[in-house]
Amino acid sequence: MSNKIGNVWIFIEQEGGKIANVSLELVSKGRELAAKLGVATEAIFLGGDLSGGVDTLHHYGCDKVYMVESGKLEPFTVLPYAKSIVDLVKEHRPNILLFGATNKGRELGPRVASELMCGLTADCTDLQIDDFDDKVNKKQYKNKLMQIRPAFGGNIIATIVNTWEDPQIVTVRPGVMKLDDPDTSRKGVCVKIKPEITSTETVVNVIERVQQEKEVDLQASQIIVSGGYGVGGQANFKLIYDLAKTLGGDVGASRAAVDAGWIDHDHQVGQTGVTVRPKLYIACGISGSIQHRAGMSDSSKIIAINTDPDAPIFSCAHYGVIGDLNEVIPKMIKAFKSKV
Amino acid sequence: MSYTVIVFVKQVPDTQNITGEAMKPDGTVNRAALPAIFNPEDLNALELGIQLKERYGAKLIVGTMGPPNAAEVLRESLYRGADETILLTDRAFAGADTLATSYALSCCAKKIGKFDLILCGRQAIDGDTAQVGPQLAEKLKIPQVSYVENVEELTKKRVRARRSIEGGFEVVECPLPALMTVVEANDPRPSNVKKIMLYKKAKTRTELSKAHSDANYTDAELLKEEEDNLRKVGLWIEELSASDIGADVERIGLKGSPTKVKNIQSVVLTGADFKVVDPTEAGVNSLMHELIEDHTLG
Repeated sequence: MSNKIGNVWIFIEQEGGKIANVSLELVSKGRELAAKLGVATEAIFLGGDLSGGVDTLHHYGCDKVYMVESGKLEPFTVLPYAKSIVDLVKEHRPNILLFGATNKGRELGPRVASELMCGLTADCTDLQIDDFDDKVNKKQYKNKLMQIRPAFGGNIIATIVNTWEDPQIVTVRPGVMKLDDPDTSRKGVCVKIKPEITSTETVVNVIERVQQEKEVDLQASQIIVSGGYGVGGQANFKLIYDLAKTLGGDVGASRAAVDAGWIDHDHQVGQTGVTVRPKLYIACGISGSIQHRAGMSDSSKIIAINTDPDAPIFSCAHYGVIGDLNEVIPKMIKAFKSKV
Repeated sequence: MSYTVIVFVKQVPDTQNITGEAMKPDGTVNRAALPAIFNPEDLNALELGIQLKERYGAKLIVGTMGPPNAAEVLRESLYRGADETILLTDRAFAGADTLATSYALSCCAKKIGKFDLILCGRQAIDGDTAQVGPQLAEKLKIPQVSYVENVEELTKKRVRARRSIEGGFEVVECPLPALMTVVEANDPRPSNVKKIMLYKKAKTRTELSKAHSDANYTDAELLKEEEDNLRKVGLWIEELSASDIGADVERIGLKGSPTKVKNIQSVVLTGADFKVVDPTEAGVNSLMHELIEDHTLG
């Protein structure tokens, strides 16, 4: 067996040929990991019609793209994707395989890892390369992937290592890895693969599919004004919308506000919503549960408005306004309008 | 009874209602402060199983892997409408990651033998991984349908289900046997009072032996007789060890788990190091001024 370690692979998720943001975030992170390991960054790109996407992947920094095209890969179902990926992994043995922790990634990753008898860590929020000294089993590992994720409802952060044979497989939360700028001068290799998909894999038939655009794409927002249970009611969310509109931002919400039915789930920030890192995050009437903070604490500037000085949201805030949002928000709108 | 439906469930610490006392000062989890509950989405899976039983006629078997106390979620399943229950319990299962867990559950499903559907909750609230369902399907080489909201139709050979996808839903059809993971899309029925009266007496072998030793009985024959009686009236919770389900010891528990925890840090609130802004007009004005000055706004 050769000692040469495999490359870093990223599963590229697409819908109708459009590459998911999280996949590009993972290409950025994958390049960083590959540089540390001295290996290449490679994409596995599967679907029915992938024309156009390959250049994008090269621009974001993939040295090689395995382009797996087949009509049997559209619409997405798990088994044909899993079979194609498992075949490729067995042939090339990558060191690391990254999936986005989207609905698709979270149903596909486990199927792939189970068949390969590999470890899998879900929903990572950070990845690093480090050595691992397994004191329990008295074994040392060099240059392993540190798979960092929250657990226990976000109350702990665990660092997990896969000690079996490569690849080290993880799913990674969308929005947490920084997206590098593409460089259109970058070129790379494209390897076209005809997958061997048989009737064993095409047993799940999609009969109907209804998909709507999200009401709001918070991950793309630079300014987010979020409301929590302290907003007090659906009608009062108008204040949050007013401030967001004045500042040129979008509206977010805590789980409590969504569960109360005041605003749609598309707006939810946090562990069961989206992870965001805008330039400015204004938390209005949000107590700041650990689950909420997990989704916004990397924002560049955080303003917390809350009547309770002990609210945990203040622990991650840069500015704290201890007061009633019903009085503070109109003052903010007035102040902003008078200055711009 | 034409179908056999297996529901795999998990007993979990209630991480959704965590208080300050749940974390010890050294950063470890104080399990004693967290009540053990029926994993919420597993209740949705059980509810779907009960609905299928009502609509099509099915034998509903509920299984779980865990410590002896996990028998509690099995009794709760009986209170809601399960027909049979199985507790996988063995020290050798301890420390299992999702791969080792799904292998153990696959041995259990094979031990049950013929089944049409396996239902699991999408994910458990202690780890939120959502991996065991798909991995179990792979171990059994059966198709999987994740994020199921409801079953539209079940026939002898196929199941048609509606599942949630990003921004919408899909209706898919697949042959049986199949595994489905279920999301929070139904309202799990509460326990039935009559069933509680009946099934609160349901016991595992460990529980029965403990009752005997507590009463200073040591008669093995009596124990066996009582077990047979409980079985006859449907009050027996089958307790199976790793060897009972024919599991390879190298593939279960800590040994069968490729992932190891390197370290765990508790998420501590850092000191409140924020700039206090007065909720007055002057305070808010200077805040907005600062944000415009540093180009965060405007």
